[in-house]
Amino acid sequence: MESRLRHLFLTVSTRTLIGLFILFASNVHAANPLDKKAEQIILPELERREIEQAKIDTEDFEVGIFVGAMSIEDFGVNGSAGLRFAYHVTEDIFTEISIGGSKAGETSFEVLSGGLKLLTDDERVFAYYNISLGYNLFAGESFFGKKAFNSDLYLIAGIGNTQFADEDHFTINVGLGYRFIPRDWYAIHVDFRDHIFNSDILGADKQTHNLEINAGITFFF
Amino acid sequence: MRIIILCLIVLRALFGGVVEAKESFLEVTVADPYLEMHTGPASGYPVFYVVERGEKIKVMIRKTDWFKIRTDKGKEGWVYLNELKQTLTLDGQAIQLRDITIEGYRNRQWDVGLMGGDFEGAASMTVFGTYYIVPTLSAELSATQAIGNFSSSIMGNVRLAAHPFPEWRISPFFALGAGYIKTSPDATLVATVDRDDPMAHVSLGANMYITKRFIFRVEYNNYKVFTSRNDNEEVEEWKAGFAIFF
Repeated sequence: MESRLRHLFLTVSTRTLIGLFILFASNVHAANPLDKKAEQIILPELERREIEQAKIDTEDFEVGIFVGAMSIEDFGVNGSAGLRFAYHVTEDIFTEISIGGSKAGETSFEVLSGGLKLLTDDERVFAYYNISLGYNLFAGESFFGKKAFNSDLYLIAGIGNTQFADEDHFTINVGLGYRFIPRDWYAIHVDFRDHIFNSDILGADKQTHNLEINAGITFFF
Repeated sequence: MRIIILCLIVLRALFGGVVEAKESFLEVTVADPYLEMHTGPASGYPVFYVVERGEKIKVMIRKTDWFKIRTDKGKEGWVYLNELKQTLTLDGQAIQLRDITIEGYRNRQWDVGLMGGDFEGAASMTVFGTYYIVPTLSAELSATQAIGNFSSSIMGNVRLAAHPFPEWRISPFFALGAGYIKTSPDATLVATVDRDDPMAHVSLGANMYITKRFIFRVEYNNYKVFTSRNDNEEVEEWKAGFAIFF
């Protein structure tokens, strides 16, 4: 009886001990990853400094000059020149402000009539400004010999003012241009533009088309 | 002779290989599986090289959303912003590249733009610059040229505008302003004198975020011109245009 009791006691106590040990061991086992997690929860104070964007130079602006020829309706073709300033908003779209000028020649009537003049010298100054929106239609590579250069063919349209014959004319311009980019910091432009406005200089009010073709150089900054 | 040498130097600078000075470019590690390098800063330019994950690259310049990079092997090309977003700095931190989203629109400081419209029958053009004191209040400076059949005017205006809902994509505004108008009759008419008059205006309009840095804007203005004659003039103007924000 006694031995049975002892046996029972021993069995129970052994099992309890084993149970406790397992419990303890498993506890220890479970405590390990918990500890690791706890370690990770408390993060060391990292310096989260932002990368200086200033280090990367943005070159979205373009400024330059152009020279060309302008056909002023009824007044012949004359030299023209101007300044151009552009901001590239996206890879496709840019805005451009340009100012330019030309000087009108003589109408065929003035030439044929002898000394008769329709406009004074000052009134022959043709000066314009316009603000336009451009769209890079075909961006791609152009080959010059075996060397590849970047280029864009763009469509452009905008509004502005033309001062001619001492009068202001609201002017719409539409055109097509080619931007040849030999290096990242400059471009060569060839630009064809129609300046459209209503004019009553020769009596009746009519819509005039003044075509300009120019070439120029611009610099990105 | 000197001119020829000068021309040669200029030509070399323009077309030749320019030896670049040692610059401190931002150096990063590619974290994406790969980066596609284009020959130019637009998606239309062909892909000519692929940079693998783990390679170190130098970021040189940015044009719109494109970055010119140089690899360790000396290859140079253009990578799109979205592809660089995962890129890490050499010490393993994520790089913060500025992308223009509607969030930027809501927190913008400056608008610069152009509008065209109708100024009581005359075609009008306006350039403006707006500064946001707080998102709900802005100060604006504008110059307008209105070209009519018989006269043209130039005016300058300053105004304060309230934007009650700056967080909306289409955000209405209300403005009060004052300015000056100079009207010159056309030379082909019987000579009349130029007129300078002060004026004030009320305005109602809305800004709409389109994409990237673009805002579309439409507004109605009611001007009161304080003429030196017996009657004051009232002029209505409608205009619409676009602005770029910074």
